[in-house]
Amino acid sequence: MNGLNKFIEKIKPTFSKGGKLGFLHSTFEAFESFLFVPGTVTSGKGTHVKDAVDLKRIMIIVVLALVPSLLFGIWNTGYQHNLAFGLDWGFWQMVWYGFVKIIPLYLVSYIVGLGIEFASAQIKGHQVNEGYLVSGMLIPLIVPIDVPLWMLALGVAFAVIIGKEVFGGTGMNIWNPALLCRAFLFFSYPSKMSGDTVWTGGLSRFLTEGTAYASGSGVVDGFSGATPLVHAQAGISGLSDAGLSFMDLFIGNIGGSVGETSVIAILIGAVILIWTGVASWKIMLSSVIGALAVGGLANLLATDATPYLQLPAYYHLVLGGFAFGTVFMATDPVTSAQTETGKWIYGFFVGAFTVMVRLFNPGYMEGMMLAILLMNTFAPLIDHYVIEASLSRRAKKLKSLNI
Amino acid sequence: MSNNIELKKGLDIPISGAAARKTKKVIVPDIVAVKPTDFRGLIPRLLVREGDTVLAGSPVLSDKVSPEILFTSPVSGVVTQVVRGEKRKLLAVCIKADKEQKSVDFGTLKTQSTDADTIKQALLKSGLWPTIVSRPYGVIANPNVAPKAIFISAFSTAPLAANAEYALKDEMADIQTGINVLSKLTKGGVHVSFNSENYSGTPLHKLENIVPHIFGGRHPAGNVGVQIHHISPIVKGDTVWTVALHHVASIGKLFNSGKYDVSRLVAVTGPEANDPCYVKGISGMCMSEIAGFCKDEEKTRFISGDVLTGTAVGKDGYLGFFDNQITLIKEGTECEMFGWAKPFRTKQFSSSRTYFSWLTPKKKYDMDTNTHGEPRAFVMSDVYSKVLPMDIYPVYLIKACLAKDIDKMEKFGIYEVIEEDLALCEYVCPSKIAIQAILSDGIDLMLKEMA
Repeated sequence: MNGLNKFIEKIKPTFSKGGKLGFLHSTFEAFESFLFVPGTVTSGKGTHVKDAVDLKRIMIIVVLALVPSLLFGIWNTGYQHNLAFGLDWGFWQMVWYGFVKIIPLYLVSYIVGLGIEFASAQIKGHQVNEGYLVSGMLIPLIVPIDVPLWMLALGVAFAVIIGKEVFGGTGMNIWNPALLCRAFLFFSYPSKMSGDTVWTGGLSRFLTEGTAYASGSGVVDGFSGATPLVHAQAGISGLSDAGLSFMDLFIGNIGGSVGETSVIAILIGAVILIWTGVASWKIMLSSVIGALAVGGLANLLATDATPYLQLPAYYHLVLGGFAFGTVFMATDPVTSAQTETGKWIYGFFVGAFTVMVRLFNPGYMEGMMLAILLMNTFAPLIDHYVIEASLSRRAKKLKSLNI
Repeated sequence: MSNNIELKKGLDIPISGAAARKTKKVIVPDIVAVKPTDFRGLIPRLLVREGDTVLAGSPVLSDKVSPEILFTSPVSGVVTQVVRGEKRKLLAVCIKADKEQKSVDFGTLKTQSTDADTIKQALLKSGLWPTIVSRPYGVIANPNVAPKAIFISAFSTAPLAANAEYALKDEMADIQTGINVLSKLTKGGVHVSFNSENYSGTPLHKLENIVPHIFGGRHPAGNVGVQIHHISPIVKGDTVWTVALHHVASIGKLFNSGKYDVSRLVAVTGPEANDPCYVKGISGMCMSEIAGFCKDEEKTRFISGDVLTGTAVGKDGYLGFFDNQITLIKEGTECEMFGWAKPFRTKQFSSSRTYFSWLTPKKKYDMDTNTHGEPRAFVMSDVYSKVLPMDIYPVYLIKACLAKDIDKMEKFGIYEVIEEDLALCEYVCPSKIAIQAILSDGIDLMLKEMA
């Protein structure tokens, strides 16, 4: 460890301003501060001591909270493939298949995303921000497993450049970059981002080339490939016809985006985030309340002619990307509401809009992405009104005090 | 009549090196400095030259804008040096103390029969007027303005702060005189805030002629700004005054003995201090006087004040006018391998649960000056309000200061805070933003624009 420190100290002058490779100093600093907490001291103009926590620590906690979802996603990718092609695979075969399918997604996500981050830091002479550690972790978890890699690269580039860098980097962006990536892909390449064939690993290749990875055998009879959200259009009977119980949806051995299926894995992440205080429990809770409120209202209005309105409200919590979005995407501290009251309002509408889109927009079942992006847009407005209300309440209080 | 206010928000920083309640040595000052930099916005006029002899209480500086405000020498001796910085900015006037101390005799005054104008003149002439700090902005009080009220905090919750009961144990009578004096200067009364922890036990609660308040909770419950916010918030157009308790004692001494006496018990604290305890010192004394406390002078930061709001003065610097505490901490220049990625960092404290220091709530930490990260944009939104027991939005206020938007600064409560009130926000900030410096610039801008 000491040797590495000495080596860094030795090559530092080369990369410092005025050194031979001085133009690379922001890249160098990024690597250095990644390896070492820098030895910078407080300026003497403010506090002389500072808390041990920094943004890198906060980001790494989020990454850690995503690991259960990732691990489950790896297994589930193999499991779905196994199911679709009737392969009788063992546990490790499924994990290996999922691993091989998911690693390229991560390579693309991090290489493209961090590459752009480094390049823009280089151009602006800024320091490299650690925000992409989380976005890069999130993006592969919210796309279909069969998404073409070039498409993913394009989406990542769009998210980082248009979603973040043009606003000035982490902390300045309006929309959640990972969701922006998904939205870009969804609206640019809907055929690869929705439908019945993109959610099962190897299926796209099977349909075009007649062969799937590691297996030439055909799809089993009665395979549909549709996600539970599609089945849910026919109400609770639609789900049970497809052989899906509430527990299946909760455990997550179903089709869907890579990391969004298992509510159990997501809840483990939620516990980590809430316990460490990194993400706001208020947003998570109010989002759940919002979804239940609209879902419950729909239940009341439902008739036999509208089976999708009859779906019990709590099913919405385990369907699609609701849980994943609520825990990991809606709570992004930069793009969500900043005031505590605002967080309640923001979260409620995220949940409410999600279910509303699901129920009243049969063309596009997954409402989570749009609900969060919409509420990201409105978060500053919510904060504005919360603060105005708070200030005028205070002004009134002061007036009554001073009379 | 008193009201008890328990503040739930706040944070006591568990730094090691609290001063034991004993007085180790009486410092016979050698060189003492009068520093205009201790006062916000002061443009000083120099009244002495190198080589002049002064008595304790002789004027050394005056305020260029209000020349009746004088700054006087704490000791009798010879002016040895006038220290200037960039653009000839006056930094300090150094005075070498005589062996035998002589004071200007201002004459004793009976407070009961004295009117406000005589009191003002006595304070101005003796150099004790600058002890009165005016809010908003935390500047020296304007003698021509009558304040809404005067606020005094009888306890400090700052990290390792001097204990008021111990540091002022022999000065209760002077404090009472000081309060009687101050009460003549305002119609709104002298509001004194006590700590709920020892309210009934402290000798201070026997003070008369005050409006008592009781505050409980963690830092910054002892900050006078936070107390004012809960007692009677400052709105536009208001002026209130605050005085540090040890300065109230100095004011009392002036009226009781006729002398300018700013000697005080100073707490020498911090992880780098050997046997942290109190010394009998004086305003403006040199840090070299307490060098014996320091473990390693080269690697130590000498702070006049506490670790949140104090000034790094260096090992040859001088104690600030308002400070009765010196903190010695190590310069944290070491790089830590994978620091942020380690699951455990047992030697670091974090108020957030992303580390595990919440498991050891009683542990004290040998903190150093490392920033533990690099500056970033604001990301986390709820960490700041957790340590600020005031009904304001700190992040919005700081952003308004950054944007130099005076309307917004007013709206978000710039009148109610000075740097020390937001110091904890800066401490906990994971983005390592220099909140106090930004606020300071904002206040300077307000002073300039509103003048």
